[in-house]
Amino acid sequence: MKRTAVPVALLFLVLALTASGQTGAPGKPDRSKPPALGPVRPLKLPPVSELHLSNGVPVFLVERHEVPVVQVNAVVRAGAGYDPLDKPGLASLTADMLDEGAGGKSALEISDEIDYLGAELTSEAGWDATVVALHVPVKRVEKALPILADVVVRPTFPASEIERVRTDRLTELLQWRDEPRAIASVAFARALYGRKHRYGTATLGTESSVRGFSRAELTAFHVQFFRPDNAAIVVVGDATAESIQPQLEKAFGGWKAAGNRAAAEVPAAPQVPGREILIVDRPGAAQSEIRIGRIGPSRSTPDYFALTVMNTILGGSFTSRLMQNLREKHGYAYGARSSFDYRLSTGPFVAAAAVQTDKTAPAVAEFFKELDAIRKTITDAEVEKAKNYVALSFPSEVETTGDIASKLAQQFIYHLPNDWLQTYVSRIAAVNAADVRRVASQYVDPEKVAVVVVGDRSKIEGELKALNLGPVKTLSVEELFAAEKK
Amino acid sequence: MKFRPVLAPLIALAVLAPGPAAGQETKKLAVPYIQFTLPNGLDVILHEDHRVPLVAVSAWYHVGSAREKPGRTGFAHLFEHIMFEGSGHVAEGNFDNWLEAAGGDNNGSTDNDRTNYWETVPSNALELALFLESDRMGYLLDSLNLEKVNVQRDVVKNERRQSYENRPYGMAFLKLPEELFPPNHPYHWPVIGSMEDLTAASYEDVVQFFKTWYGPNNTSLVVAGDIDPADARRKVEKWFSDVPRGAPVPPIAAPPAVLTSEKRLTLEDHVQLPRLYVAWLSPHLFAPGDEAMNVLARVLASGKNSRLYKRLVYDLQIAQDVSASQNSGPLGSAFILIVTAREGHGLSEIEKVVSEELAKVKRDPPATRELERAVNQIEAAFYGGLERVGGFGGKADQLNAYEFYAGRPDYFAEDLARYTSLDTDDIQAAASRYLRDDARLVLSVVPQGKKNLAAQKKP
Repeated sequence: MKRTAVPVALLFLVLALTASGQTGAPGKPDRSKPPALGPVRPLKLPPVSELHLSNGVPVFLVERHEVPVVQVNAVVRAGAGYDPLDKPGLASLTADMLDEGAGGKSALEISDEIDYLGAELTSEAGWDATVVALHVPVKRVEKALPILADVVVRPTFPASEIERVRTDRLTELLQWRDEPRAIASVAFARALYGRKHRYGTATLGTESSVRGFSRAELTAFHVQFFRPDNAAIVVVGDATAESIQPQLEKAFGGWKAAGNRAAAEVPAAPQVPGREILIVDRPGAAQSEIRIGRIGPSRSTPDYFALTVMNTILGGSFTSRLMQNLREKHGYAYGARSSFDYRLSTGPFVAAAAVQTDKTAPAVAEFFKELDAIRKTITDAEVEKAKNYVALSFPSEVETTGDIASKLAQQFIYHLPNDWLQTYVSRIAAVNAADVRRVASQYVDPEKVAVVVVGDRSKIEGELKALNLGPVKTLSVEELFAAEKK
Repeated sequence: MKFRPVLAPLIALAVLAPGPAAGQETKKLAVPYIQFTLPNGLDVILHEDHRVPLVAVSAWYHVGSAREKPGRTGFAHLFEHIMFEGSGHVAEGNFDNWLEAAGGDNNGSTDNDRTNYWETVPSNALELALFLESDRMGYLLDSLNLEKVNVQRDVVKNERRQSYENRPYGMAFLKLPEELFPPNHPYHWPVIGSMEDLTAASYEDVVQFFKTWYGPNNTSLVVAGDIDPADARRKVEKWFSDVPRGAPVPPIAAPPAVLTSEKRLTLEDHVQLPRLYVAWLSPHLFAPGDEAMNVLARVLASGKNSRLYKRLVYDLQIAQDVSASQNSGPLGSAFILIVTAREGHGLSEIEKVVSEELAKVKRDPPATRELERAVNQIEAAFYGGLERVGGFGGKADQLNAYEFYAGRPDYFAEDLARYTSLDTDDIQAAASRYLRDDARLVLSVVPQGKKNLAAQKKP
């Protein structure tokens, strides 16, 4: 790589970036070096208006009039992190049940009306919030909003629908045994967080928890958390305050809270103490799914921006070290990556790839080389390139109504400042190389990681043991899920 | 696909995720464009959209797996991978290094009929994207070496393992085209190809494939987004004019694909639950009946009130999921139903209900509301593609798709009109004409050792 030839786009220093001056002269172009970049055109984000309904529900509105669609997201602080520890999956099942009967309409009626309007309505509990999302052609938004409000505010939890959805979820959990990625994800969460931390079990819960939920538990969870003082509405698209506020007021204005607002907090997880390898055996598997990681910081960490840049270098882009090593240099995998999963509490850091079975141990060794190397050396040029990539590609993260709505939802969920979107690019630009190096050694410690490999034990166990990374345990897929049941 | 792990479509699926729609009260759906052809034959399409400071560059090479030679299945896709490994004036690695340093993203994908490449960049980096795209179009072979071919061969084999071999039910998608289309039909073999053929691909194959199919005269280029059209035109002319015209590309012909009986097959897989696939040959992309089959797919399996979902998943609760899709290509299409049985239920039980519901849609037209529900969904889906300018399915990609398949970039309104002009009788007619019991493939995928769960032939 010829680093000097990289057309570094110095952020915001527009003067340094003026165009080469030659535009489209006929004849052979000069291919000896890449063309100079023109001045960066600033991203002009439309302003975010904050309105309030009469019951206090905040409404964040961004107008985008180019395409005649509207995205309306109801965001409720009621994620899987709010599940009681012995009831994993309660938030998730509650979210799933919202459109299975609400406001006097049956599940079939809701589905028919939404489909007829050409709308999409989804309801899902993440770790930190439930988001009920509506995407609809603007000409039909007035008909769709009352359905959205019914689903969020007045779900009826019909007993027969609970049983149907319960069976659907139990079947989905059964099918996870077929999916190497799902197996890896279950095993990795358990290895990092154990059984006593909510993050150690999937948002969906376990077979036994899903079997156990009663209608009373679902309705109680809804009453406790789905309330106007615990929610926000995000509107992005072909709407104005004048057009949308009366409709929202009509649909959501009567939403009242009962009793006191419940509080729930997921405690910080203790860091993994050492290094252990878990093999989950899938006889005959063509590839091994590798997960290596540890406990990461919460979304509120002041290191968020430095970590974003560091991870871009490590495994967050195509030119990242992991992708270049595992894929482009060795051809062991179709892709390799790393990520920090930022949550209200301490989410995981993970490096991951699916590698061909006969290269499992060499691939794991390469992962560890990179995890060591990122703590030792990061060049200034790498930092500049990663900052440019993250900052200058930001417009593509705020292009659609759905993109912007999900950013505003994050703002509400994680208590981010109101100017978060407007200042994102400058916050990335302000990251310095020393911070990037510091967070690499602080958050990536290859001595204290959990390693999960889902693959053909008979072909990989010996080689993995020979790497001498630490104790190696093995489980069958059935044993993994049986342990989950308890 | 270069690196996003997405299931490669069975056949030319990439098609037209339906674009946008004009309701009576909204203005006519249109994506205005400027089109011109360079002397070397490159077909260029420009479209302005200034919502965000991004430009999408999309190149469609009119070659896919349908053009592969015997013994070289999977080659068009392997070739796609090599296109990212540098060219005459771009050292290996710099294609991505330079784009990322400018804040750009890129990717590509291969299907039966075409190979597409895109860069989405901040608008100040348009010229960088054009330089890179033109350099590999003109000078790919100048920096080619066997090592690049070998590494990407390994990467593609891992893509095959990840997307098919190590994925539940993955092998079914390799089987379906082989069983639906005869061996001499270009859709017979899957896009990903066989491991043996990937192993056999040589350096010389890469050279020949490039010379045969990758000329500007077999390519269309869309530049869409935050551009000044006159400026963009100058830049396209500047960077692409020195790329030499390739040899004329012969038209492709496909022998007829006809199923003359019902074929039944069973595969065993490492899965918990049996899954039923029923597939028919159906009208080609944009041929009469193609649109009715798209609507029929929704009537059968989109939403809780769709026929098969309601019976199998909602009422009887003997299935976990159902899907129906019209997979259209210019040389052939397949209509495919997929149903996963719940624990304790075999595929014969599933098939019986499927047959009852198919008999109904063949006998009677659907209700007006069922048709309208499907068409409204399709109309709304058109808008989705208009919200993004780049990437797979963005406006630049769609303009190229319409140009290639329909002969005109702004075919959005005409495409939508295919659906809004349908009558309920059209759906019934298409169902009874194409979903024949005596000309279809019934594939059962069952857990290891559980062949008894397969859909059995009726006595």
